[in-house]
Amino acid sequence: MEQLLDVQNLKIQFRTGEGKLSPVRDISFQVHKGETLCIVGESGCGKSITSLSLMGLLPANGEIAEESFIKLDSDELTGKSQDELRKLRGNRMSMIFQEPMTALNPVFTVGYQLREPLYIHQKLSRKEANQKAVELLDKVGIPDPKKRVKQYPHELSGGMRQRVMIAMALACKPSLLIADEPTTALDVTIQAQILDLIEDLKQEMDMGIIFVTHDMGVVAEIADRVMVMYAGEVVEIGEVEEIFNHPKHPYTQGLLASVPNVEDDEHTLESIPGTLPNVNEKIEGCRFHPRCPLATEQCRKQAPPIFHVNENHTSKCWLQEEANINDKSTTTS
Amino acid sequence: MASEIVTEQQVKMKPKKKESQVVQVFRKLIKNKLAVFGLMIITLQLLMAIFAPFIVAYEPDEQILEATELPIASEGHWLGTDNYGRDMWTRLVYGARISLVVGIISVVIGLAGGITLGLLAGYYKRLDGIIMRFVDLLFAFPGILLAMLIIAMLGTSIVNVVIAISIWSIPGCARIVRGSVLSVKKQEYILAMKSLGAKDSRIIIKHILPNCAAPIIVFATMRMATTILSTSALSFLGLGAQPPSPEWGAMISAGQDYMWTSPHMTIVPGIAIMLVVFAFNVVGDGLRDALDPNMEYPE
Repeated sequence: MEQLLDVQNLKIQFRTGEGKLSPVRDISFQVHKGETLCIVGESGCGKSITSLSLMGLLPANGEIAEESFIKLDSDELTGKSQDELRKLRGNRMSMIFQEPMTALNPVFTVGYQLREPLYIHQKLSRKEANQKAVELLDKVGIPDPKKRVKQYPHELSGGMRQRVMIAMALACKPSLLIADEPTTALDVTIQAQILDLIEDLKQEMDMGIIFVTHDMGVVAEIADRVMVMYAGEVVEIGEVEEIFNHPKHPYTQGLLASVPNVEDDEHTLESIPGTLPNVNEKIEGCRFHPRCPLATEQCRKQAPPIFHVNENHTSKCWLQEEANINDKSTTTS
Repeated sequence: MASEIVTEQQVKMKPKKKESQVVQVFRKLIKNKLAVFGLMIITLQLLMAIFAPFIVAYEPDEQILEATELPIASEGHWLGTDNYGRDMWTRLVYGARISLVVGIISVVIGLAGGITLGLLAGYYKRLDGIIMRFVDLLFAFPGILLAMLIIAMLGTSIVNVVIAISIWSIPGCARIVRGSVLSVKKQEYILAMKSLGAKDSRIIIKHILPNCAAPIIVFATMRMATTILSTSALSFLGLGAQPPSPEWGAMISAGQDYMWTSPHMTIVPGIAIMLVVFAFNVVGDGLRDALDPNMEYPE
């Protein structure tokens, strides 16, 4: 598959009263065309900040550190001016948000808001934009789009509004779509419809998708690959089957153990003890070790590098080094 | 799909009433009796101002020297005449013109300045400090003193009154707009617009400003009352419209020497000012309630 997005050593810094904080520390990942990468992790682990930074939409006191490198197709995004980034936003990369209730402007009709990206990037006339808006609504499965474009957001249901958001984001056929928990605020039946819609549109437009969520059920539904984040770091990346069937990092194992299982009566829900550390908390060694049931002396002292489980699966855990050594000794002996 | 079909049916079941927000707000407004009274007075003043030459029999400074200081309800002069024999009703009607024009122009100028400053201060954190300190500086003067200071520098005339009162309207408006911008710009739909690649100018003017419309409309209405009152006050003090202008404040000022002999010379313009100021205030109050979506109205 062709590579679409390449992120290397992404580090995000915030200037605050307590000095510089780094909610995202040195993460690297890739997204390919036609692929869905799910970013999972607890609230506050840096998922949303990562997606905002890709769009160039960090809050005023946030910045991407100099050593970071982001490439979309063949364009390097790091080092681009705000104005250059603005021309890419909504055009080659788009974003949909968590709350369909608040992500549409209440004082304008759906059509008015749908026309905005078309005016901004394609300089369409009002008539053309209006026609395109109707087509877009039709495409995201909204019945009677001609009537709907004249309605206000409060006249639509949550699921419809999320469809409108998707239509807005995809108006200019972006190659990268970032979806920040787009289904969290919807009820389950609508959730499934929206996931199907995103999947269909992905295939139709050959987009790469970054899908941020904390819902493992959604991950299983939509992901091609999964990236697990913990406290601003990527702890494990792998293909979705690998992550679900052979999770290597204790945090991923913990996450999976905390998902209810209807089929298995014996299954007991387990929570990961402790809470996510504060962004400014200094933790020596592995950032997960205070909560890790398998932590060793080494984990307390030294942060683990990234170990390869196989070509497409990495884990940031000392246990993996051990496993790799054992593997080698069994294959050589 | 199921839930969406239901909503679709619900929409269809409702009788076709797709009225604009303006109509909805007006409907709510006219449920408020005081506001209706205010609206009537404002309409009356508006009609007086527009059709002034057609509803009076005299010129505003036409002196009928054989009929000076006629009391109220005299024949041919139902509001009487003043010490020069000028018809009070005629002067009152032409005065309505002055106070309305001065009010509208200075509120519009004040809003233009206040909205610009408020939008910039609310949206750009860098400018916030500078702009709001400047606004605080303007606030530090008592309003009427600020206006007098400006007139003292520019000279006494009705144009300078407009300038002074416009400047005086700026800080209040800037604060109100800034406050709304601060809350609106945090909304997700603004972030969504940014993520679609909209420029700052587009976001501020097309997406933030319309969301601040309600407080601005209320402010403008209330401000009309203050402006009319201040124009009269300044003219009364001799700093605004000069005699023989039929400006209401100037009329009171001219009438005060005849308070004992012809009290109607001060009372008539005084009541006019009071009614108009009261009207704009109650309409402003009514609008505030009507524009507030959280306000429940009994059917």
